[in-house]
Amino acid sequence: MMGEHYSLFYMFHFYFFGVVSIASALAFVTRKSPVTAALWLVNTMFSLAALYVLLDAQFIGVMQVLVYAGAIMVVFLFVVMLLNLGHPSEIADGRGKLPVFVAAVIGIAMLAEIMTISRTHIEAHFAVPKGYAVTQMAQYGAVGSVARPLFNEYLLAFELTSVLLLVAIAGAVVLGRRKDANAR
Amino acid sequence: MMHIAALLQVADPQLPSTGAGAFIIFTLIKMIIVFTVYMVGAALLTLAERKVSAWIQNRHGPNRVGGRGGWLQPAADGVKNFMKEETYPAAAYKPIFILAPILAFIPALTTVAVIPFGAPLPTRWGLIPMIVADLPVGFLFILAISSLGVYGIVLAGWSSNNKYALLGGLRSSAQMISYEISMGMSTIPVLLLAGNVTLNTIVNQQAYGGWNVVNLTIAFFIFLVAAFAETNRLPFDLPEAESELIAGYHTEYSAMKFSLFPISEYCNMITASALMVTLFFGGWDVPFTGRDNVGPFSGWLTLLSIVIFLAKTLFFLFFYIWIRWTLPRFRYDQLMSLGWRFMLPLALSYIVIIAAVILALDSAGIRRGAMYSSILGAVNMVLVVLVFAILDRGRIISPSYARSRADQLARLKSAASRSPLSAGATD
Repeated sequence: MMGEHYSLFYMFHFYFFGVVSIASALAFVTRKSPVTAALWLVNTMFSLAALYVLLDAQFIGVMQVLVYAGAIMVVFLFVVMLLNLGHPSEIADGRGKLPVFVAAVIGIAMLAEIMTISRTHIEAHFAVPKGYAVTQMAQYGAVGSVARPLFNEYLLAFELTSVLLLVAIAGAVVLGRRKDANAR
Repeated sequence: MMHIAALLQVADPQLPSTGAGAFIIFTLIKMIIVFTVYMVGAALLTLAERKVSAWIQNRHGPNRVGGRGGWLQPAADGVKNFMKEETYPAAAYKPIFILAPILAFIPALTTVAVIPFGAPLPTRWGLIPMIVADLPVGFLFILAISSLGVYGIVLAGWSSNNKYALLGGLRSSAQMISYEISMGMSTIPVLLLAGNVTLNTIVNQQAYGGWNVVNLTIAFFIFLVAAFAETNRLPFDLPEAESELIAGYHTEYSAMKFSLFPISEYCNMITASALMVTLFFGGWDVPFTGRDNVGPFSGWLTLLSIVIFLAKTLFFLFFYIWIRWTLPRFRYDQLMSLGWRFMLPLALSYIVIIAAVILALDSAGIRRGAMYSSILGAVNMVLVVLVFAILDRGRIISPSYARSRADQLARLKSAASRSPLSAGATD
């Protein structure tokens, strides 16, 4: 970011969505009603997706909306609605002082870490060359530029992740079945 | 601004890029035209729905406002909805109660922006693509945004604080998640064949490779059924089933807030029809002609292709209405079993089959064209016969009027006796 020139249009949107995502994240942890909190989280996901698009990672941005906002949060809402915790004004906040304090300390530590990292010099072979995303996109399209490294260089990691997900699915099915058997 | 202009044009690098100023102005013009056509289309669709339903049921339909045809009925409905009183139930959670119709409406409007509706228009300022926003992620954008439509319905059901509304909202979230997966899976063969996710590439591929309804027939049927479920149209209108849930998720809504739900349903119908045309019926490709996607382009070609695109879309809109007044509603367990036990495995195995066929044809050195399409078409003919004539037997695909097996019936009865509220929800 430092020293490079970006148009005002670009900078405005970058910081706009940055501020919106942080504000929504704060609203997410402070709202009492679980449904409202979930909606603020959806808003955070959206702003993050916009940031990805501004960083020339359209595919990641769309996946962010499709997977997190479109599928996972809908299931979250489903569960929260079924819990039916009552009217938002009547819900007491069960969190004590200590967890809030610990969370604040961890948050500040991570913020400091990000600040430090953004100021350190990055070795050339770790850094992505300038304009890499745009040239990849022009050559392979939005999906191809993600799919190529994923299915060539990182194939083993990808397959291992899929096994992990399969285990999680199988576990969910086993747990669901067990309750069903008890009910009968 | 150049950055965004470059981003939007990255999908089609062979088009000569227009200047930033012309790009902005033409995009604004396209936005206004598409928005107007879309909203007027949704209004006329309410009239068409009532007229076609009347025709199917041998009635007259609307015949008072605007002469015997009742042409002004949508306008009268609009005025009525603006004049009615806005009611807020005492128990409703007001911020989300107001937000919900908006959340249902916006995704319905947004998705149409990435659908190409005509051949590029040559102007003095360069070739203008007939698409509002030519995103490099094209089709994925539609999947992502349309998956958000469920929020409006779910939140409307929850915030009303009414048991019928909540049941409608829950049903809708379960239904939409179930069928979204089949919908996404059914389009993967289309993307495999096109080799890209932009809708322009898909249209171009069909212009010289034959329409995908021939190349990928099974995918089309899965997409068709999933699109009905995603738009909450009969036989998938369980979220608002009148006979069980009064009006489902919008029971507590009145006036214009209520009206936004049907409007967004009609907008979703238009988008789904346009998408079916784009993915499986060649988009704006003029039938029985070649080379209309490579130029030379002209104003007449653009006009003709837009008319063709609208005609194809109108056919599917009519099909939507036709089905609504023909088929009965699914039971909840039938809905789930159709989605998870039939459509998802079918879509997954179809991906494997089509990927294998494409790999075999490509490695055999057959080039994309008539030969390629006819081999794919022959494979699909076999599969269609296999799925619809041999596997079906009136059990899997058409469960809403199929005879239940004895053990299924016993299970349903025992479930119904256990809990009076969730009758039918066995699985």
